[in-house]
Parts: sequence; C-alpha cells; structure tokens
Amino acid sequence: MVDRNLQRAQRVAGAAEDAVRRAAMPLRNFGFPYRTPTVPRGVEVPPEVSGLGAHYDTEWARRPLASSVRTMIIEGPIRLTARVLTSPEIVGTDRLADLTSLDDPPPVIFAPNHHSHLDTGLMIRSVPLAWRHKLVVAAAADYFFDKKWKAALSALSLNAIPIDREVTGRTSSDLVKSLIDDGYSLVIYPEGGRSPDGWGQDFKGGAAYLSARTGAPVVPVFIDGTGAIFGKGMKRPKPGRTKVVFGAALRADEGESTRRFNARIQAAVTTLGDEAITDFWTARQRAATGTNPPLTGPEHTGWRRDWALAERRKLGTAGLRRRQQRRWPDLG
Amino acid sequence: MPRPGFVLDVDRSTPPTLFWHGEGFRLEKLPADRSRVIYAPEPHDAIDDVDGAIRTALLHPIDMDPLPSLLFPGMKLTIAFDDVSLPLPKMRRPDLRQRIIEQVLTMAADAGVDDVHLIAALALHRRMHEFELRHALGDRVYDAFEPRGLLFQHDAEDPDNLAFLGTTDQGEEIEINKRAAESDLLIYVNINLVAMDGGWKSTAVGLASYRSLRHHHNPTTMEASHSFMDQHASELHKSTWRMGKVMRDHGPKVFQIETTLNTDTFPQPFEFLAKREWEWNAKDRALYLASAKALAKAPPRTARKIFHGIEAPHQMTSIQCGEVEAVHKVTTQNVYDQQLVEVEGQTDILMLGIPYICPYNVNSIMNPILVMCTGLGYFFNLYRGKPLVREGGVVILTHPTTNEFHPVHHPSYIDFFEEVLADTTDPHVMSQKWEQQYAEDDWYRHLYRTTNAYHGVHPFYMWYWGSHGMKHVGKVIIVGGDAATVRKLGFTPASTMNDALEIASDTVGRHPTITHMKTPPLMIADVK
Repeated sequence: MVDRNLQRAQRVAGAAEDAVRRAAMPLRNFGFPYRTPTVPRGVEVPPEVSGLGAHYDTEWARRPLASSVRTMIIEGPIRLTARVLTSPEIVGTDRLADLTSLDDPPPVIFAPNHHSHLDTGLMIRSVPLAWRHKLVVAAAADYFFDKKWKAALSALSLNAIPIDREVTGRTSSDLVKSLIDDGYSLVIYPEGGRSPDGWGQDFKGGAAYLSARTGAPVVPVFIDGTGAIFGKGMKRPKPGRTKVVFGAALRADEGESTRRFNARIQAAVTTLGDEAITDFWTARQRAATGTNPPLTGPEHTGWRRDWALAERRKLGTAGLRRRQQRRWPDLG
Repeated sequence: MPRPGFVLDVDRSTPPTLFWHGEGFRLEKLPADRSRVIYAPEPHDAIDDVDGAIRTALLHPIDMDPLPSLLFPGMKLTIAFDDVSLPLPKMRRPDLRQRIIEQVLTMAADAGVDDVHLIAALALHRRMHEFELRHALGDRVYDAFEPRGLLFQHDAEDPDNLAFLGTTDQGEEIEINKRAAESDLLIYVNINLVAMDGGWKSTAVGLASYRSLRHHHNPTTMEASHSFMDQHASELHKSTWRMGKVMRDHGPKVFQIETTLNTDTFPQPFEFLAKREWEWNAKDRALYLASAKALAKAPPRTARKIFHGIEAPHQMTSIQCGEVEAVHKVTTQNVYDQQLVEVEGQTDILMLGIPYICPYNVNSIMNPILVMCTGLGYFFNLYRGKPLVREGGVVILTHPTTNEFHPVHHPSYIDFFEEVLADTTDPHVMSQKWEQQYAEDDWYRHLYRTTNAYHGVHPFYMWYWGSHGMKHVGKVIIVGGDAATVRKLGFTPASTMNDALEIASDTVGRHPTITHMKTPPLMIADVK
C-alpha cells in the first residue's frame, strides 16, 4: 500500500518537473512544428502572395460582430478624441438634406482635403448619421496596411479599405464599386496623402473616377484646422478648434471627363475653404470670378509659404490653439 | 396615394373627436346624427429634388426672362422674404427661404452683382430675433449679410426709408420700402401656406407702411372679404391688386418666387394629431394619453416651450416664379389642390379647436385677442363659396383664453385689451375712436422700431380680421376659457361642450346641425 502511494507520488513529481523544465526551456529549443520549417538544400520556395497592402482582405471587418465593435469605438474613443483634440464645428450638412431625408439615403463619396491623421476620425464623427455607420475609408495601402496589426486595427476601428497609391490597378476600384453597390459610402482624400507643408495639394482624380464608375455623387468637404493640431511631422497633437464644411453633392455632367469633374470637385472644396474663413457670399462671389484663395497656397517657395500659411490660419477661428486665445479685452 | 379631405357624419359609434385646446387637447363626443367632422386632405407627395426644382424654376420663370438674364454687374438687387409668421409651425431646417435665397445669391454672384440687400418683409409685425432669422435664412446667408449690414428688417416707421409710389384709382396710397422701390430688381421669396398669402400681398403689404396698409386693413374692407382664401371674393385682395397695378407701373421690377407646402404638419410624437380618431392604433392612443396628461400637469410656460419647439415636417410641393399675377394663379391652384374639401351646405353651429399657434404668436403667447383672431379671423375664413356656419349661427371655440400677454412682443395688445375692449368691441367704433391714437403713439412706435414688438395698431388689425365672422354669426362661445377674459372679448364662456350646446340652443334651437372643422392641418372648406 505504502509502495503504491510512493510510486504515485513519484509519477506526479516527475510530471511536474517535466512541465517546469519545458516551461523554462528557451523558445529556440522548440523545433518544427513550433517554428517555421527549414528548407532543404536545392529547393526554391515559391514567394508567398502577400496578404498585406492592397491585397489585405477587409471583409471580416464588415461582419456584424466587427461592425458592432466599431460602432462602440466610433461613438466612444473616436468621438471623444475628436471632441477633445479638435472641438469641431460642423456646418453645411443641411446642403445634403434632400439625401438624408430619404428613407434609404443613397451611398455617396465624401471628398475632403487632408492635413492630418485626425481627419479620418473627424470625418467619421462629422458625416450625417444617415451614412455614419455604413462608411468605409480609403486608406493608403502602403502606410496603413503594411503590417498585420496596423491593417487589422485600421480595418476594425475605421472600416478602412486599402487603396494603392503607387500602382494604378483595378483591385481597389473593384472593391470600392462592390462596396458602394452594397450601400457603403466612402471617404476618400483626393489629394492622395496628408499635406506636407500645411497647404493643400492638387487633387488626383480618384474621387471623380470612382464617382463616374459607381454612379455615387461626390460630396466635397473642407476640413479646416487639423493641420495646426496634428499636421504631418508633428510629434504630438496640440488641441485646437476645427471646422468641417460640407458642400452640396456633385455629379459628373453628361459627357464630362474625369479630369474636368475632378477640377470641379477641387473648385468646390476650394470654395468651401474660402467660405470657412470668410462667408458664403464672399466665397460665392470669388468663385464666380475664379479668385477663391487656392487650396495649394501661394506660388512662393520657402519661408514665404509658411508666412502666408500663418496669415491664413489667423483668418479663421478654426485651427487657433486654445492656449493662444486672447484672454484680455482689446483696448485698441 | 394621399386621401382627399373627408366629411364624417357622426353616428353613435363614432369615437370622441379630438379638439385643440391651446397648449392641450380635449376629446368631445359630438351629438350623433346631426354632427359632422371635416378632416383635412392627407399631405400630397413632396418634390424629392428640391434644389433641382428651385433651379429649374429660376431658369424657367412664368412670363419673365430667366433670372440670370435679369442680373447684371452694377445693379441694385433686393431680396425680400416672408417673416416669422410663415410657415406654421416653423419648418425643419433647411428652410425653403434659405434654399431659394442661396441659389439666387449664387446666380447673382455668377452675374457679378455686388449691391445686394436682404429685407425681411415684416409690414407691421415684430422684428425677428436672430435665431429666427438664422432659421429662415440659414447660418451661411445670415453670417454673410448681417455682419456687413446688408440684412434688414423692414421698418414701416422710418420716414427716410419709405418711398411713395402713387395712388390707385380709388385713392389708396402706396408707400413701400425705399430700397425695394429703387432697386433694379426686387425678388420676393414667399412660402404660401394658405391661399390668402402671396401675389401682390407679398410686396404691397409686406413692404408697406401704415399709411398704405390702412386702406385695406380696416373693418369695412375686412367685412366685405368673403373670404380671404378666395381672392376673387376678397376686398382685401382686390385692394392689394389695385396697389400692385400701381407698383407695376411705377415701382421696381418684381420677380416673384412662390412655393407651396403639403399639410404634413406634425412630427413624432404628435403624428396622431393629423390622424382620424378611429384610425388611432395603440401607440397613438398611448401617445395621446401621455401627452395630454403631461401637458395638463406641466406649467403653461413648459407646455408652450414644447409646442413652439415643434418643427413641422412639411415639404415643398411646388415652386413657381416670374411675373407676380401669373405666378400667383398657379400657386393658388396648387394650394387649392392640397387643401380644398368639398362640404355640402352650411351648419347651425361651427366648432373650432384653437391651437397653440397663429401667425402672430410664434415663440410667444396666444393672448385673448389672438384667440379671437384665429377663431373668427382665420379659421372662420377657411372657406370658399359660403361660410360653413349659416348667418346668425353660433361659433364654439375651445381654448383656455387666459388673460396673459407677451410683454415684449405684444405691448399694445395689453392696453388694447384693458382700454379699448373695455369701451367697445365694435370694429367700426374702435376704428374711428381709438385706432389713430394707437397707430401714432410714440412709445409703441419706438418699441416696434427698436425691439421685437408688434406695431401699436396691430391689435386693431387683429380685431378687424374677425369683423366678417363677428358680423355673420349670432353668438360666439368659448369652451374652457377664463370667464372674465372671454366676457371682455364680448363672447360667452362655457365650462363644457354640453354647456356650450345648451347656451347655443337659445340662438339656434334644440336640434341644431353641428360641424367641427378639425384644423390644423390646414384645409379650405369648399361649401356648396
């Protein structure tokens, strides 16, 4: 009886010792299948098709569970971050009243200017509720989808889809078309990336092309102020105020080329940009004479562009940092 | 397909009928087999592409050239628009005036027009508050024009800014806003809620002075208007049309923009107000009970705030622009198409539930004079052909009719109630004896010009609106009204509907016919 108990105790102690030794063993001592297999000599392994970049499959992020999680993320942290950092003033959504009042608003393509990583969160929080929860964001495949964790995070939290900036391929446009056919609206930055110096860049034809291909109207949007809060190259955000101005939906006229339509979208955003720092009537008058201040800034180089940028930022309340606000009366 | 208006013959199985009662409701069981209830037509389908329709109308006006061809650099352009009294309740943003004015301004900018003024056509109404202007015009237009000093509210008492245009063949003087009169083009943006609005009434009344308005806003003209909703039988309209002729010959070129709305009046949770009682489902009944009980318990101020916060979902059913009379003809027909209800014959007793709002108490208090004006001036006149009630019949109104006035909006109403009504309720007598004193009072003039007060003469005009009704009927009873206040108006108070019918029997006998016009939603009874 005693022997039998002793034997049992020895077995248990042995198993425990084995488990401890195994747990303490460095990872490198585990071989295949815990590690990638070694390749036999003389054998060439065919390159694996990358599941990243433009090929990243975001379909999972639009399933019900992921959508529910995203709704919580959008209404929670994103909304809070946008509010704390950017204190947005949203105007012009009444221009979309004809669409939002429909029982089933048709998908649209939002085309805002782009100054900061904050723009996407701000846009998601600003678009009318009718589109907010069925919205995908076109994100640079080479930046947001180059690593699995970044790709998963972008797809889950922003409903981002990869758009190839380097190569003109049909993969991205096919994906957008199928999504718009499914009723998703799209946010795409026609400038192709964040502003390098605080001024806008000329629009690439992406939004115009996708609109022509899918039939969805383009809603021009001007975002003012995010560049000063967290522009390209800034290490940390400096909270301030922003203004998001929505324009009326645009459709390509019959026979209008993508290039002309793109120019019209850029002109519309430019007019909205003028409206953001002046007023509706001034912006309209200047639009009629083609004298709206261009998004791309003056044609100077060097410090004069920066100087002009500072002047422009002074014109609007958006972008002024709170800490710089005047706190004493103007005594003349 | 929206259903047309409907006249229900009440029988014993008819459920109690909903009556408006100021900022509340009451359900009344009407006598069977001799009562009828008129229900408004259901809202017509709205235009889906409103902006597209506006643009098309501006480019294809009636009997005028397209708007862009009327605009040129260096011109004086004035855009006048209807004030806070339209539409009722206020419409959801964006307001039609905003949508139209933005497109007009876009065309003006394209044509290189710099000199643009916007004028709220107030006539003798109160000046609009900033939030009301923002609601009507939108923030974009307000922020562009107000800081520059280019957004005006018409001042009918500013001698330096009024222009005399001439006199009609009947001696009526026409004096309107000087800027409008001297413009190369005057664009008027109108919302036609009822058939009475629009046409020459927009410019010849909205931009006029007291000197001009007194020619048609008087008891004689009002009594001879049968009714205001039928332009061809309305002396008021004949007078303004004569003035319009003088304006056409001697005034600015007018580009009239008129719109019509459907009768989609109440948003959730008040949708049941527009439904026929026997079609109320469990949700409607629960909502009625909840809102009626809560409103009855709520302080009047809170109830008023809730109701005046309502933004109606009504939408545009048509837009037409161009020459004033040609445009108005189309507009009137569109209003009739939406609002006319055929009714067979007159009635002995007309019952009208008076709601919380009329054109003159938006964001304000429905005072006793406005109760009278809404009942006998507006609702009584919602007919074409013959009045709904026979001559010598009885009108029963339901409203709390408390002795309460808005001191900022209606200062002269308070004195009118205390002083003039204590002396007489006869419109002709008060017109002769008291009107001029109130119209030319310096203090009222000051309040009208510098604050948000109605003009001193305005309560008289309200009383005159009801003069046709008062002359036509034998007795007016107000159910649920404050007894002393109702008596001061010259009417009879009653605690319940049964009491009111008992009182009415002295005038119309024991078995009178009864008609209840359940409005709002608005309708016009086409009485055969």
